[in-house]
Amino acid sequence: MAEEPQSMLQLPPSSAAGGEGLTEVSPETTTPEPPSSAAVSPGTEEPAGDTKKKIDILLKAVGDTPIMKTKKWAVERTRTIQGLIDFIKKFLKLVASEQLFIYVNQSFAPSPDQEVGTLYECFGSDGKLVLHYCKSQAWG
Amino acid sequence: MTDDKDVLRDVWFGRIPTCFTLYQDEITEREAEPYYLLLPRVSYLTLVTDKVKKHFQKVMRQEDISEIWFEYEGTPLKWHYPIGLLFDLLASSSALPWNITVHFKSFPEKDLLHCPSKDAIEAHFMSCMKEADALKHKSQVINEMQKKDHKQLWMGLQNDRFDQFWAINRKLMEYPAEENGFRYIPFRIYQTTTERPFIQKLFRPVAADGQLHTLGDLLKEVCPSAVDPEDRVSLCCSGWSAVVRSWLTATSTSEFK
Repeated sequence: MAEEPQSMLQLPPSSAAGGEGLTEVSPETTTPEPPSSAAVSPGTEEPAGDTKKKIDILLKAVGDTPIMKTKKWAVERTRTIQGLIDFIKKFLKLVASEQLFIYVNQSFAPSPDQEVGTLYECFGSDGKLVLHYCKSQAWG
Repeated sequence: MTDDKDVLRDVWFGRIPTCFTLYQDEITEREAEPYYLLLPRVSYLTLVTDKVKKHFQKVMRQEDISEIWFEYEGTPLKWHYPIGLLFDLLASSSALPWNITVHFKSFPEKDLLHCPSKDAIEAHFMSCMKEADALKHKSQVINEMQKKDHKQLWMGLQNDRFDQFWAINRKLMEYPAEENGFRYIPFRIYQTTTERPFIQKLFRPVAADGQLHTLGDLLKEVCPSAVDPEDRVSLCCSGWSAVVRSWLTATSTSEFK
């Protein structure tokens, strides 16, 4: 699968504390607030302390799926894959019935109720989690 | 691996006697008798309940039937969790058979994923296998397999064929002789005490000083609340079977109360 050229916003030099590879939200990084916030809920729980920190994710389109102008986003750790799917669909103005798949490592599709924070801890690198999104099943 | 074969078999063939009852508010044309089934722990609810569905649909009108879903004592049962995990998490202290209520109406969109077909279960299962191998071998083993090998894993589970499944899964459980284990051990810890989903983190099989990590080490690190101050694991139900089962379903499932 060929990578499309990246126009992502660069993180400032890592100021990560605690060896977690976490960075504070940089000014260039946008917090995803869906165009209309009603239907997209990142989850109701309010986790304490460390888990409140947002993580950086990088969204890459696959195949003929439209790209997003802003590729890098800071999201709550407790946001689910479904929450992310809903957000991307709104952002790309896809109709509700259209499917969207999200992949980690260009390999597996985490289940919709999985939290991005967990995926970040296991599969993030260089302080961010790279996710590929696609309108059709890209990787079995 | 060969030494473990008896254990693997016992885990694979673990069954939960279950009584399915139709929800009282479902409309039927005649009385719906309960339906009894031995559920395989390592499988998924929607994969092994075709007979249950048929049984209840016989007494219902077509227009009263939409997507089937299951519930235990008010909690909708997630089909994408292994059956054994659901039981350990929600019902391990209840008497057998496990009483599950069957619904055909009012699908709880907030709590459950839809399961439109067996393909959805296969996709979920394979995704779990791939995620686990990403942790174990940087995906190298699963990626080197052929499509038919992936299919064999799934068919093994679907048809409850131990040998068929393990002929392939064996490769996913190997690691180079010069290493002491996987790169990271795939595990998930589910808790009844929290609404949050599972805990999953990177965990190496060997400590910095070369000592092999134990289950206790893992708990101490990622779930200290489950370990009491005397360094003993407190109330770790079905930890043994759960951890071994995890190798079948690619991600560990354990329960701590």
